[in-house]
Amino acid sequence: MKATPRTVDGVEVIKLDGKITIGSGDQQLREIITSALNQGKTKILLDMSGVTTIDSSGIGELVGSYTTVTNRGGKLKLLHLPAKLNELLHVTQLITVFEVYENEGEAVKSF
Amino acid sequence: MDRDGERIEITISSRFENIELVQVIAEHLCENAGLDEDGSHWIGMAVREAVANAIKHGNKLDVRKKVNATFHLHDHELEIKISDEGAGFDPASIGDPLNPQNLMKTSGRGIFYMKTFMDQVRYSFAPGGGTSLVMTKNLAKGTGVASSKV
Repeated sequence: MKATPRTVDGVEVIKLDGKITIGSGDQQLREIITSALNQGKTKILLDMSGVTTIDSSGIGELVGSYTTVTNRGGKLKLLHLPAKLNELLHVTQLITVFEVYENEGEAVKSF
Repeated sequence: MDRDGERIEITISSRFENIELVQVIAEHLCENAGLDEDGSHWIGMAVREAVANAIKHGNKLDVRKKVNATFHLHDHELEIKISDEGAGFDPASIGDPLNPQNLMKTSGRGIFYMKTFMDQVRYSFAPGGGTSLVMTKNLAKGTGVASSKV
């Protein structure tokens, strides 16, 4: 998985590309979030448009990331969910946990 | 092409990078049997979760231990069997991920996804060790995804 971060109006927008699956991307996601938090970046918007595959481990890491950021006083939100990821979040009711946006400008303003 | 009676078997060592091999076989078998891309994807996802569990929880990442997968397609009914060499577990001990107490847990959704995307999921445990998971799906019934599309 590849992560491309940029800062927009104080929000760390991180574009993720590739797989977030067991043994490939799940631990990377954790490291990316930890690194952002350690740099004092607590407003995090994950752009998921480039995520090609995600499994239950990847979903678990998303949940863990959300908890980690929230516990540090920050916010983690999602942008551009691919349809299949959206489906996986719906069936597990995790869609009720995450704030999801389709427009980056709106998402950035919401912080 | 008539795929009735098709039987495919693959044995892999317990490495995460082998999961996709088995997933791809499942998806191709489904697509060749006439299932659409989405339906094939969800069955592939169930297989991915089953193989990942066999490698991680069954064989404990011991690369000397094998995971065997068989696919049998007969009269639109796809039966997938995933076997490992692990000590087994109590399926009843797996919590419901939809329970509010479990919602924010970072694990425990694999079997739930399998049950969501397949018609039937059942485990059996050999007395001398080894777990077998059998999942079935009637390919004539569509994708079987539980939630509504958005």
